[in-house]
Amino acid sequence: MKNKVSKLYLSLVFLFLYAPIVVLVIYSFNDSKSRGTWGGFTFKWYLELFKDRDIKTALYYTVTIAITAALISTIVGTISAIGIYNMKTNRMNLFLNINYLPIINPDIVTGIALMILFLSANIKLGFSTMLLAHITFDIPYVILSVLPKLKQLDKNITEAALDLGATPFYSLRKIIIPQIKPGIITGFLIAFTLSIDDFVISFFTTGSGVTNLSIEIYSMARRGISPTINALSSLMLAVVLGLLLIINKRTTLQVKE
Amino acid sequence: MKKYLILITMLTALILSGCSSSQDETLDIFNYGQYIDEELLVEFEEEFGVKVNYQEYPTPEDMYTKVKAGGTDYDLIITGEYMIERMISEDMLEKINFDNIPNYQYIDENFKNQAYDSNNEYSVPYFWGTLGIIYNTEIVEGNPDSWDLLWDENYSGQILMMDSQRDSLASALKKLGYSLNTTNESEIEDAKNLLIKQKPLVMAYIVDEALDMMIADEAAISLIWSGEAVAAMGENDKLNYYIPKEGSNIWIDAACIPKNADNKDLAEKFINFVTSKKNTLRNIDYVWYSTVHTEAEKEVEEFLYDNPAFNPSQEKIDKAEMFRDLGDNLKLYDDAWTEVIAH
Repeated sequence: MKNKVSKLYLSLVFLFLYAPIVVLVIYSFNDSKSRGTWGGFTFKWYLELFKDRDIKTALYYTVTIAITAALISTIVGTISAIGIYNMKTNRMNLFLNINYLPIINPDIVTGIALMILFLSANIKLGFSTMLLAHITFDIPYVILSVLPKLKQLDKNITEAALDLGATPFYSLRKIIIPQIKPGIITGFLIAFTLSIDDFVISFFTTGSGVTNLSIEIYSMARRGISPTINALSSLMLAVVLGLLLIINKRTTLQVKE
Repeated sequence: MKKYLILITMLTALILSGCSSSQDETLDIFNYGQYIDEELLVEFEEEFGVKVNYQEYPTPEDMYTKVKAGGTDYDLIITGEYMIERMISEDMLEKINFDNIPNYQYIDENFKNQAYDSNNEYSVPYFWGTLGIIYNTEIVEGNPDSWDLLWDENYSGQILMMDSQRDSLASALKKLGYSLNTTNESEIEDAKNLLIKQKPLVMAYIVDEALDMMIADEAAISLIWSGEAVAAMGENDKLNYYIPKEGSNIWIDAACIPKNADNKDLAEKFINFVTSKKNTLRNIDYVWYSTVHTEAEKEVEEFLYDNPAFNPSQEKIDKAEMFRDLGDNLKLYDDAWTEVIAH
């Protein structure tokens, strides 16, 4: 009995989480433009997706910025995390609190603050400002996902490596980084998704000609969101799902070895 | 180590390449989402040998915040009339040289000499529309013609209102016979009380989903903008639209050129390009809002011409009122609407 209840509960939770995604994928094949009516099965939104120039540019900028920003913020964030980890307790707490500030700051404040900063420094808004903004809001999340892994680390191992003649840089590469790798990868993925997701900060820090998908979709809202977005979301979902499966397979293989 | 260096160099190069601006002549346009047939942009690029940078914004307020802060160099902005009024009063717009826009002669006189740009110096009308009521003819009986329908207790729980303060308050103010730009506190108070009285009848306060819910027969009556009504009526034959007899809101979206535009000539060429008869007709087919072009209006398809949402009678147009930029008095509306929603 207890088993059944818990199974029911679990399936309800999963239903709640995945129903919107399933509906989205189904409606990407809907021939009618409206959510209300089912007009038959079609691939036309997928075809239109490749014709729509706005969506294509937006997709290009979204992916370029997400990957670049995630890479840079992962590198900077990991280095900062290692630095913070090696501080004395008081300073460490201070820096951790400073790190929390951008996270709890509302996006709109961050966005407008960054815009004013760029403008007062006479930087023309565009690709580079949007990228810098994304790196800025990504870094704290990377630090937060790397730090717990560092805390699990046995300090003696690094010291042993140094004792045995490894240079600090060598021990960083061969000892520390391999052990905190799961945290780095999580940090990268969080940064990547945050960057794809962001509307408010992007809107205020981008200039003419550079948009991302969030801005594009949000701007469509006034006139009804085009079903091509359903098609695009389904494709992105498929890519992410594929990536997850590959990563899973790799980790199970590694475990077996 | 070398690997990291290469990576860093590549990334730096990437960032810097984003900074450098190309030497080609470019036209930077800032517009609402999905508010132009994009093929027109491609054709303009080919015809004039230039590049078009096209960017979209969600609401006029977002656009204003960005342009006001500086650092952008849009050559052409398409936005609502009350926002143009504000930008003119803040000296953010450049006067347009109408010698470059011969097609201006085709713009309907109804939309020239309006209070927002009283000397026709700063803007060229693009599309227009009205605020009205869409209803399901199978559920609603008779031929409603008044704002009273939104307060009709027979349809309790089937009425949709807009989560947009000026629009929803406009319906109440007009029902009471007041101006929708009133700054008289007791009039706004009356409208607020009317909306609070209406609340038990209302199914939801929404903006974007209204269209879908009406098409799917999930609601019977909704406050709606005319262009969305045209789109909904195309999908569901049972729907009908009217502009209430007490008068309503009429709005104009127009093209204007901001002060820091670096390609004013090209922006004027583009305005002339989209206001040609041929291109206006193509744009109508994509946007579905009412056209300001007198010649194009005669050639739109019959179902549009006969649709009261697309082509309302002159009498209704004369009675409709535009939103004005209320400046600090907007706070009265803010407060009233907050009270309605929180009640």
